[in-house]
Amino acid sequence: MSSPWKWPLRILALGYLAGLVALPVGSIFFRAFQHGFGAAWDAVTTPDALHALWLTFVVVLIAVPLNTVFGVGMSLILARHRFPGAWLLDAFVDLPLAVSPVVVGIALVLVYGRSGWFGDWLAGHGIAVIFSLPGIVMASATVSLPYVVREVLPVLQEIGTDQEQAATTLGAKPFAIFRRITLPSIRRSLAYGVTLTTARVLGEFGAVVVVSGAIAGRTQTLTLFIQDGIENLNVVGAYAGAVILALIALGVLAILGRDTTSEGRKRRWRSPSDPSPSSSETPLLSTT
Amino acid sequence: MSPPPAVDLGVRPDGPIPNPFAHGLRRSVGRWAGPGLAVTYLSLLVVLPLAALVSKAFTSGFGAFWQAVSQPEAVAALKLTLIASLIVATFNALAGLVIAWVLVRDDFRGKQAVNAMIDLPFALPTVVAGLTLLSLYGPDSIFHLNVADTKIGIVVALAFVTLPFSVRSVQPVLAELDREVEEAASSLGATSSVVLRRVILPGIAPAMLAGAGLAFARAVGEFGSVVLISGNLPFKTEVASSWIYSLSQSDQLSAAAAVSVVLVVVALLVLVAIGLLRRRFDIGESV
Amino acid sequence: MTVGALGLLAAAVSTAVFPAVAGATPSGSVSLVAYSTPKPAYAALIKAFNATSAGKNVTFSQSFGASGSQATAVANGLPADVVNFSLAPDMNKLVKAGIVSAKWSATPTKGMVTNSIVSFVVRPGNPKHITNWASLVKSGVSVITPNPFSSGSAKWNLMAAYGAQLALGKTRAQATAYLTQLLKHTAAQPSSASNALQTFLSGEGDVLLDYEDDALYAKSKGQAVSIVTPPQTILIQNPVAVPTKASNPAAARAFVAYLLSPAGQRVWGKQGYRPVLPKVASQFKFPTPKKLFTIDSLGGWTKVNTIFFTPSTGVVAKIEQGLGVSTSSS
Repeated sequence: MSSPWKWPLRILALGYLAGLVALPVGSIFFRAFQHGFGAAWDAVTTPDALHALWLTFVVVLIAVPLNTVFGVGMSLILARHRFPGAWLLDAFVDLPLAVSPVVVGIALVLVYGRSGWFGDWLAGHGIAVIFSLPGIVMASATVSLPYVVREVLPVLQEIGTDQEQAATTLGAKPFAIFRRITLPSIRRSLAYGVTLTTARVLGEFGAVVVVSGAIAGRTQTLTLFIQDGIENLNVVGAYAGAVILALIALGVLAILGRDTTSEGRKRRWRSPSDPSPSSSETPLLSTT
Repeated sequence: MSPPPAVDLGVRPDGPIPNPFAHGLRRSVGRWAGPGLAVTYLSLLVVLPLAALVSKAFTSGFGAFWQAVSQPEAVAALKLTLIASLIVATFNALAGLVIAWVLVRDDFRGKQAVNAMIDLPFALPTVVAGLTLLSLYGPDSIFHLNVADTKIGIVVALAFVTLPFSVRSVQPVLAELDREVEEAASSLGATSSVVLRRVILPGIAPAMLAGAGLAFARAVGEFGSVVLISGNLPFKTEVASSWIYSLSQSDQLSAAAAVSVVLVVVALLVLVAIGLLRRRFDIGESV
Repeated sequence: MTVGALGLLAAAVSTAVFPAVAGATPSGSVSLVAYSTPKPAYAALIKAFNATSAGKNVTFSQSFGASGSQATAVANGLPADVVNFSLAPDMNKLVKAGIVSAKWSATPTKGMVTNSIVSFVVRPGNPKHITNWASLVKSGVSVITPNPFSSGSAKWNLMAAYGAQLALGKTRAQATAYLTQLLKHTAAQPSSASNALQTFLSGEGDVLLDYEDDALYAKSKGQAVSIVTPPQTILIQNPVAVPTKASNPAAARAFVAYLLSPAGQRVWGKQGYRPVLPKVASQFKFPTPKKLFTIDSLGGWTKVNTIFFTPSTGVVAKIEQGLGVSTSSS
């Protein structure tokens, strides 16, 4: 049936992708370097731009490890324990995926802001959360919370506990079991989860814009720097900043797409299950 | 399906446990420290903020909540968001089917690259997504297509960010479809449209629907990509997230929380519906 | 680069932890929180301040955004040593929050650091022949003005329009009807004045209602725009203050003193702002509108803000709701 439809469908699909994704993304490279590479370079090496870049990486360096440890721990809890309310815990882990990032930011302000639930206590102890680094880290960590769990949990459920039980019988300590048996089998899915988390933290905007105060040279992340550039006639800076983030996104795709052998992809597609955007990337189950 | 045995990090529950006190304090601390920390972390980042949001929304009673969500600008923003998201989810479900079809059944040079490109909107920060669209379809468009400050601009931005959901949900199911049934149907004289309608669509409909649901949920909460291109004109191009943001910026946190609660409820309903759909049609393995 | 950034952070942390000790020459970092438009002006002012003996050891962190949003942020805990808003009500928001002294306006300049007026920014050559307020509501003219619920500029713009009608001898009801007409011709309401300028420069609309200084800035950046001074317009007065809880009050006060000094006012003037010191103002040639009125002549900001800009019940909110309903039903 495909022969008469092959070309129209191909043109339709590729045309849509070109118009919606390839050309727009290509165009920011054009805009960034339209006035020469030097102008773009100068625009992203101002002190404010460098600080935004640096702050973004600091946030990644804090939020991603936190979420990785949490994600693995939470996956172990959900996969290996049966307890009342597990479904609720599971639902709370997924919640940030379904909620607008602006809402996440506002919800954090309502707890940690000056007039929030913990506002007086935090102020009394001289701790600044909202409008400072901790708030930005928390906002980024919240929106990227589900990714590691969503990647690791299905694998843990799949592999079961036989090997771990055998090791226990042989007298292995829990940590040794985790390191020698559990970790190797979830390694690949964990890598995916961490990559997705990193991508999300790097690019978060809606939640961060609410909690950061966007102080140039202090609480302005790269995405906020881009927005500021658009608003303040620093168009080259905005596009150059966007190019940096786009290049990172392409790198993320390269990591995610490493396993693109037809067999690997087929295996991955077999469990496109959970309500996470990463579902298509549920990695190859450990073949060992 | 038998549930996995309740095992604590490899400690066999049915193993010999001669003396419960042998575990000692350290053991029970170790046993609860992990779950305790995980739940605390989740509480600090998700549970407490959500509770604060709901509490703030109803802090002056249900009347104030209702007033906040029923005032004309809020209604207009919510209506626009839901309608635009519905249009995008439907349109992208069809586009996603076509793209998935081409990626599964067709073969051409550069297919790998095209396949990888599908995930780009997911990996790309939303502000960058908005900027890319503004750059090509904004006021300086080289195609002279200016959709900035229009509802079409919103739809384009939402179509961009939801593309991966629409394609990736159908793609695996399409790849798994038994082609022999299609071939048998064709050899029995069924036209391609009959094969499509009777054989292919029923097989992929649940997955398509689930993908559309995910796309819809994402679109309803979208902010970063829309905010640059929509112009945020009240009653015309202001989406719910934008309206919530503008409320939060003009010192109306209770109203912002109220509209937020509506968005959260919509998103949860969609997720629950997708979960039910998955269980009903047995797509996917994890709950 | 990392080292530099680390240094910046270290400086930020150290000022947060060890508040600067008041000494002969102020030092440390000053957090400046201001409305959106003076960003380029502050770049020049800080450079000039750093060249003075009082300012040579002071560093700055700066946050710019819609005036109302910035005031809300400071009320919610955004650290600020110097606040500069578009209009007095935003400063009063901080008085209410206990962050700024109620006596902030008890200075020789009544708490104001700059003046400006509401101007029309039009396409080069003024193709739509925009000359006065009436020409804004002719058919086929589309206007850009920011969102009055977050932007200070938008409030000035609408009160300029309203006051201009009164100055033309119209009644209050007629002036309100004019506001309805004007908002009907509004094509976009970006969040802040800077955002609105960006929207206009990107090709949207025929007229941008803008601060005169912002319009001059766009022109100085080589943007193809013309500026029309309306025959009747409002005198914009932008307040400045040092919050009572400033973490670096010595440096903050030194900076504000510089902003209000003849030298600082000259820098403001060069950046397109009308100096608040008459002596300095007379050194610049700003256009003189036929009729220049103040917000006080319309009842003062406190009253005006309540009547016109209370969310969901104010005059402007009602107009927008009315327009919205008719837009969506038509």
